[in-house]
Amino acid sequence: MEYFVIALGAILVSNIVFAQFLGICPYLGVSSRLSTAIGMAGAVMFVLTLATIVTFLIYSYILVPFEVTFLQTIVYILVISTLVQMVEIVLKKVSPALFQALGIFLPLITTNCAILGVAILAVQNEFNLMQSVVFAISHGLGFALAISLFASIREHLDLMDVPKSMRGAPIALIVAGILAMAFMGFAGLV
Amino acid sequence: MKQLQNFTKGIIKENPVYILLLGLCPALGVTTSAINGLGMGIATTFVLLGSNIVVSLIKDLIPAKVRIPSFIVIIASFVTIVQLTMEAYLPDLFASLGLFIPLIVVNCLVLGRAEAFASKNTTLSSIIDALGMGLGFALALVLLGGLREILGSYSLFGYKFIPGDGMLVFVLAPGAFIGMAYLIVLFNYLKKKTS
Repeated sequence: MEYFVIALGAILVSNIVFAQFLGICPYLGVSSRLSTAIGMAGAVMFVLTLATIVTFLIYSYILVPFEVTFLQTIVYILVISTLVQMVEIVLKKVSPALFQALGIFLPLITTNCAILGVAILAVQNEFNLMQSVVFAISHGLGFALAISLFASIREHLDLMDVPKSMRGAPIALIVAGILAMAFMGFAGLV
Repeated sequence: MKQLQNFTKGIIKENPVYILLLGLCPALGVTTSAINGLGMGIATTFVLLGSNIVVSLIKDLIPAKVRIPSFIVIIASFVTIVQLTMEAYLPDLFASLGLFIPLIVVNCLVLGRAEAFASKNTTLSSIIDALGMGLGFALALVLLGGLREILGSYSLFGYKFIPGDGMLVFVLAPGAFIGMAYLIVLFNYLKKKTS
């Protein structure tokens, strides 16, 4: 039940994109086609979960015992960028098919604030390991939901007669605003 | 003359938020009021200035292959300085900016300027570039924060000029996206006019 509440909260109520404004760059950047959006969402979910587990372990077993929690930001960003590199190398050897699907998105993920943001939030909320994993997976699912909804709307938007000055980023942000309004309906659910 | 151009390009022509579309997450996330926007703008400018200075000073010592990780460590150090200083002296502002202070590390604007400008130019030009870009970023955040505060709670910098509650939607998440959309349109128009 406790895990269900965490998951529901992360996917719908405080959606990573619409309520917390994390991961806006990939959200606007790779959402013009549904297929690429799903690829990006998959890569984010994968790295997000892995990064949260690794940073959680480093935080509780290295930073806290040695009383150097103020190094959190520096350590986390280094761990995340190393992790992304390693995932890339491992995937290339172990599963070329998955690498083909996620490959081009992986380097972009290091500077995706969703990864660092969720890793820090998991510590701030004082979750244990299992709760952090659920927290990370459901934030990844929330991102996947947001970006696939948005990409399917944008595919239709290409056919619309949008005023010239609103084309591109402005209309995409208006759509995101309306989607955010819809997601506000979930407020108070948990 | 060239230095002046370096300084002013960030305000309209290459405004980091509205023209280059960099650093959108903090721009959307913290701008519930003009003062929050200003605080975030100053914090980011400080990190940008520090990282640009250090990167331009040691650019010849860093091997090309490890330059991105080195830049990230430099930036993360300055972010930690800002984070600890703010927590000690401005706890209220720190609480309202919250998660977005440590997230300055992954602000594409800071890494972008280190990679595209400071690693290729002199220290003086890098300082001017950082100040100009930082000013552009702070201006962008104050504009969006001001717009949302005026419409959302009929006040500006905490000063209330019309009684009443305002249009709450502009303080909440949708207002950030919609406000930014119209500011992008405005800046594209200004850019066209000035060039």
